[in-house]
Amino acid sequence: MFETAIIAGAKIVLTLITLLTLVVLTVYTERRVSAFVQDRVGPNRVGPKGLLQAVADVVKLLMKEDIVPKNANKPIHDLAPMISIGVAMSTFAVIPIGSTMTLFGRQIDMMIADVNIGILYILALTSMGVYGITLAGWSSNNKYSLLGGLRSSAQLISYELSMGVSIIGVLLISGSLELDEIVGKQAATLWGGIPAWNVFLQPVAFVTFVVAAFAETNRLPFDLPEAEPELVGGYHTEYSGLKFGLFMLSEYVNMIVASAIIVTLFLGGYAFPWGEQFGLSGNSLAVAEVLTFCVKTGLVMFFIIMIRWTLPRFRYDQLMRLGWKVMLPIALANLVVTASILALMNWA
Amino acid sequence: MELTTIVFYVFAAITLIAGAIVVFSRSIVYSAFALLFAFFGVAGLYVLLMADFLAVTQLMIYVGAILVLLIFGVMLTTRVIDVQMRTGTIHVLPALLIVAALAGVLVHVLVSTDWKVLPELFTPEETAPQIGTALLTTYVLPFEVASVILLVALIGAAMIARRERKV
Repeated sequence: MFETAIIAGAKIVLTLITLLTLVVLTVYTERRVSAFVQDRVGPNRVGPKGLLQAVADVVKLLMKEDIVPKNANKPIHDLAPMISIGVAMSTFAVIPIGSTMTLFGRQIDMMIADVNIGILYILALTSMGVYGITLAGWSSNNKYSLLGGLRSSAQLISYELSMGVSIIGVLLISGSLELDEIVGKQAATLWGGIPAWNVFLQPVAFVTFVVAAFAETNRLPFDLPEAEPELVGGYHTEYSGLKFGLFMLSEYVNMIVASAIIVTLFLGGYAFPWGEQFGLSGNSLAVAEVLTFCVKTGLVMFFIIMIRWTLPRFRYDQLMRLGWKVMLPIALANLVVTASILALMNWA
Repeated sequence: MELTTIVFYVFAAITLIAGAIVVFSRSIVYSAFALLFAFFGVAGLYVLLMADFLAVTQLMIYVGAILVLLIFGVMLTTRVIDVQMRTGTIHVLPALLIVAALAGVLVHVLVSTDWKVLPELFTPEETAPQIGTALLTTYVLPFEVASVILLVALIGAAMIARRERKV
């Protein structure tokens, strides 16, 4: 009992530190990539190649004064960023980044919580993420914030639906709600040596899921909750200092988590198919798996960043129309087709 | 005290305190918001009872869907239309009588129930397949009836909300 608690605690601390470091790196990457896309140089003064710019920004945010508007609802205004970051961070708990590692004579699972309904846990937490943004928008007592908060909730609720439906397709194929097992199913190969990744088995679900993930993480082209030209800063207009930093942080953590989920559900997760060819086993295989997972997640994140600096923002009615009239029917059709094919295969 | 016992009391306390705020708070926004923590505490209790599927569904449906709409409605109406929505105390005597009677029944149930305690070495089972099977075999009729009733409510709500635009 005590031992498991210590191991779990160590994993949590390690994951938190890794996530926070990754966020700093992602912010830097985002700024460099945006500069590259727009033919600028980007941050290049602080540290070698400007690598310490993000660190400097974090320190700046820590030093800034925390301003709460006079008519704001203080307790809720304080609570909103905490909800945002708490939800964003806890989602990572069920994502497996490798199989097992043997350390100090103990088998250690490479995930914090091995929940056998992991995917439902993720869905439940993403639906809780709405609260941070909505409450932030409401408690600031500012019409831009409120509009941002409202837009965000409407958007999250709309896209959650197609997200959930496209996940069901994956679940039908894997036959499990457990993320570890979903990854295990993808480790096999189809004919022709193609890995049995769900992106090949469920290409439609992959597209709808990725689009929904963009909407859920409030990234361009779906960043209407904080559309600068019309809403100033959106739901975090009235936030400053560390509380603003927490919103930024949770946005980037959400992006990392979304990439990790995309990798786990559709891109084969941590599975490292050539373990035997390279003669890897035990800990070295585990390291290879973690590396595989990290490389895939990094590539997905790069893709998300590139999209942000390539596509323009949707208009709000276009966003809603896309969510309800395009995404949801496609996801539903995909679900029906997948279920029918599986039923026919079982029957034959 | 065992760890699970402590965790149980923590979740029970969260649920009860949040529930009290829901009832006693003067501001309806705080009430709606406290409901979030009440649901959360109940979900925690489900986890302790090894009903993980139920816990997550509780979060998804109550916290993720129903309460969002509730908070939406409360937030928008108070600020935009400037209606002061407050909770107050009326009909003290009849309420007191009913509550006393109900409390008596509840205490009686609490005392007379034969509480089952799980054996020490209880291995948790996967609940999701069992719930799914039960819903689609034994309880398929109540399940379908419930969904039809929800559909009726949905159509009714849409009718009421859209009636004025017909002209």
